[in-house]
Parts: sequence; structure tokens; C-alpha cells
Amino acid sequence: MSFDIAAIRAQFPILSRQVHGKPLVYLDNAATTQKPQAVIDALVRFYSECNSNVHRGAHYLSDEATRRYEHARDVVANFLNANRREEVIWTSGTTEGINIVAKGMAERLQANDEVLVTELEHHANLVTWQQACKKAGATLKVAPILNNGALDQAAFAALLSSQTAFVAMPHVSNALGTVNPVQALTRTVREKSPRALVLVDGAQGVAHGDVNVQSIDCDFYAFSGHKLFGPTGVGALWGRYSVLEDWPVWLTGGEMIASVSYQDATWGALPNRLEAGTPNIAGAVGMAAAIEWFSALPLVEVKQHEAQLIERAVALGEEFDGLTLVGNAPEKIGVYSFNLNGIHPADVGFILDRQGIAIRTGDHCAQPLMKRLGVPGTARASFSIYNTIDEVEQLFIGLRKAKEMLS
Amino acid sequence: MNLPSVQEIIDDIEFLDDWESRYQYIIDLGKQLPEMPEADRLPELKVKGCQSDVWLITQTEGDTLHFRVYSDAMIVKGLLALVMAAYNHKTAAEITAFDIEGFFQAIDLEKHLSPTRGNGLKAIVAKIQTTAAHAL
Repeated sequence: MSFDIAAIRAQFPILSRQVHGKPLVYLDNAATTQKPQAVIDALVRFYSECNSNVHRGAHYLSDEATRRYEHARDVVANFLNANRREEVIWTSGTTEGINIVAKGMAERLQANDEVLVTELEHHANLVTWQQACKKAGATLKVAPILNNGALDQAAFAALLSSQTAFVAMPHVSNALGTVNPVQALTRTVREKSPRALVLVDGAQGVAHGDVNVQSIDCDFYAFSGHKLFGPTGVGALWGRYSVLEDWPVWLTGGEMIASVSYQDATWGALPNRLEAGTPNIAGAVGMAAAIEWFSALPLVEVKQHEAQLIERAVALGEEFDGLTLVGNAPEKIGVYSFNLNGIHPADVGFILDRQGIAIRTGDHCAQPLMKRLGVPGTARASFSIYNTIDEVEQLFIGLRKAKEMLS
Repeated sequence: MNLPSVQEIIDDIEFLDDWESRYQYIIDLGKQLPEMPEADRLPELKVKGCQSDVWLITQTEGDTLHFRVYSDAMIVKGLLALVMAAYNHKTAAEITAFDIEGFFQAIDLEKHLSPTRGNGLKAIVAKIQTTAAHAL
């Protein structure tokens, strides 16, 4: 299948709507991606054809719902190249996935242990670890970035030691688009801190290409369905089987037990032991439809297209008088963060919105990173596979208007 | 501060027929707000929005409430000027009686400026209304 941008756009109903009487230019994909018809149909089909609870019904519909739901788990496992399907735990999204890991670690961390995160972290992969460390009396270390927004890999390595019990890092920075060399970084962790577990926050990583948890060699990979063309409220946590097998139970209730008496209970096997209660069944089915849809695209061409969008934005930004790019790491994908000199990013967002152009402005839920970069916030355009070069150009036409009105 | 009255603002905005001139008008209103020196922008007076921060300082004089507001975003500052036109130097009774939603609707603000987005405007309005209700 070749990459046909018009054919791809035609599959996203929302892209043909208008905003403030102007064609929608949706450049807020790092916040959430739009959904192709295939995903919308999968949700509708699930509710119209086989809605039922899973794993417990003594009837046909429940069996069918269970089959679709468990098939969805297989789809995620294949997508990440997991060793076993039981390594995939359904969550409500990246944040919940990271919380499952951080709450478990909080029980295991010792007072002399260290947890290492990076300056690129958004709050989901920072506050979780900061709180786990506080609870356990452990120390949180933060690996610095270079001024261009790339991780300082030498400093990262220097912060690793036998005291390091856990390392959490983003695959791709949501605020700057920096792509971390997660495979090389994990290798460094293995060499310098053999007992440390590694979590990769995949919130921004999954929608841009091939994630292979075995080649990364991490212990956990967390991501959300809604940033991968799937529904909101569903995500997955992948964990290495040997690590997850006895991971502290974070939520108790139905589905996750082996046996229960009034005074005691024993836990079931993976994946159920970490999935209490009725799951987001339709969400899981929708997320699998999104992954199947995305996986059918020609990845090399998708990546080329995304690289072209960023390149065009960077080139137009360089020609734009008074625009400062925020974050220009050599490896960068999906995100174009910037400021117009002397103009508040919120104002830029207002004027773009009025022209039908959707971006995000503010601190991007990464306040310490903004502080580190010395900016109160940025305007962020984030691209997905259905964006066009023309839309990138529209952004800059919109920015000229913003500058004219706000200077 | 010589902001136009609520009725003058409604009339002015109605007269402007495209979004650009309406925005420009609101930006210009914001420029008429007195500056708030950085020293006065205390953290406890900050109303946090995700996109921009706004400050509100309240001073009571008899029945009358005086406000000072600040935002470093121009359009937010303009929106704050609208709120000031409605509330500043008014009595607590006048403030609680004033239909701010009706005012926003009359100038089509909900549609054109999405004040619900984390810009702190709604929070400022709520804070002023609470202060006024307590002062009654």
C-alpha cells in the first residue's frame, strides 16, 4: 500500500469540518489524535452487535465480547512485539499505566535507592516518581537536557549507579518532540545499574512508528489509545512477564482474584491480577482497531511524511522574523514548539484558533521543563500522519496574522 | 481608569463586523487597564490557568469593591477589561445582581473567545462573585 495523503484524510470524518467558518487545521495531535472511520465503526459495531461483559457470562454474547476483547490484547502484544500476551495490561491510559508501576515501586524502594528521570518529563512521568520516592524515602535524580532539548546522555550515564533502582524516561518529549535513544539509554542502564528496572513512557512514542519492547529491552512501556487514533479512556501497560508476575496489586476487586473468603483473598494470574473490575471493553476493541488501521500503513513512507512536515515547519520558522524555536534536538518528531518574541503564547493560540488552526499553548503539563528552558510556556503545533504541507503553510500564514494583530 | 460602560461595549462590538476588529477592540480595552507592578503580583493572588496566569487584587471601601487585575497575555487582559467594566467600583449588591453571562452572550464572547479555556477568566468571575456575596 502506498502512502496517499488524500485517501488517508478521507478516512477521518472530523477533518472535513469547519471551525469559525474556516476549514479545520488540526495541529494538536500530541494532545490527542483524530479517529479514522475504522475505529468509529469498531466502537459502533461492538455496542450494536455484541455488547456484554467479558470473562463471566454463561451466554453467547459474553463469549463473543470476550473473544473480541482478548483479540485486542493480542493485537497490542503483536504491535509492541511482546513475548507473551499476558504482558499486556489494559489501563485507562499512560498515566494509569505509570501509576501502576510507581505505586508498586513505592512499596519496594529502600531509603538508599535512587530513581532517575529526565528533565524532559511531563507531569505523568514525574509527579508519580517524585511521590513514590517521598513515600519510600528514596531519592529522585533528574538527568539534564542540553540547551537544544536533547537529553545529555553523558550526564544521564553519570547519574546511574548501583543505587539506581528505577529509571523512567519518555520515548518522545510531548513539549519539544525530542526522540530519546531509548534502546541505547536502556543498554547504559543495564551496564551501570544492573538491578534497575526501566520504564519508557510511550505516550508520544507509539503514534510515530515501530515500537519493539524486546529491542528496547525495557521492563515497562506505557501508552494511551487516544494518541494512537484510538478512543479516549483506554491504554496499555506492557511489562516484562518475570517482573509483572509478582507486581504489587494496585486495585482489588472482581476479576483479579483466584479465591476469596470473607477474611482473605488470593490473586489470580496475569494479566487479570492487575485488572480489577469490568474493563473498558469497547475501548480495548476500538484501540485494537486503531492499531490494525495504523499498522496497515506503509511505515517508511509515514515516517518520511512526518519528517517532511517538521522540516517544512522548521524552514518556514527560520524565515519568520521574531520566531524562536523551542527545542531543536537532532532527533525530533511530531512537535514544533515555538514562541513569537514578545507575544504571549496564549494570544498566539487565540488568533490561530479564530483562523481554524488548532494548536496547544501553555506549559504542556511540563512545568519544570518550561522553567529549565526559561520560558513561561510555548505555542506547540503537533503533527500527525494526516497533516499536509499545505496545513503547515497555513500555520505560518496564521502566525503572520497573529504577529500583525499582537505587536 | 476610564473603561467604557457595559452598554457602550455592547454597542461598540455590535458595530464591528469582523472577528479581527472585535479582537482588536478587546485588545485595546486591555491596554487601558492600569499596569500592575511585578511586586504586587503575589503568588497567593494568582489565579492559575493552564495557558496564562492572571492576578486579582481586591480592595473594599464601604459598600464598594475595587479590583486590580493583570495578565501578561494581551487578549486575556482584554477579557479582564470586560470583567472590570462590569464589576469594578461597584457595590456588592450591584455585582451579585449583574448578569455577566448575559453580557458575554450579548457580545458573542462565548462563541468568539471561548472563555472556558483555561485562561482564568471564569475563575476571576467566580472569585469576584464570591467576594461580593460575602460582602453583602
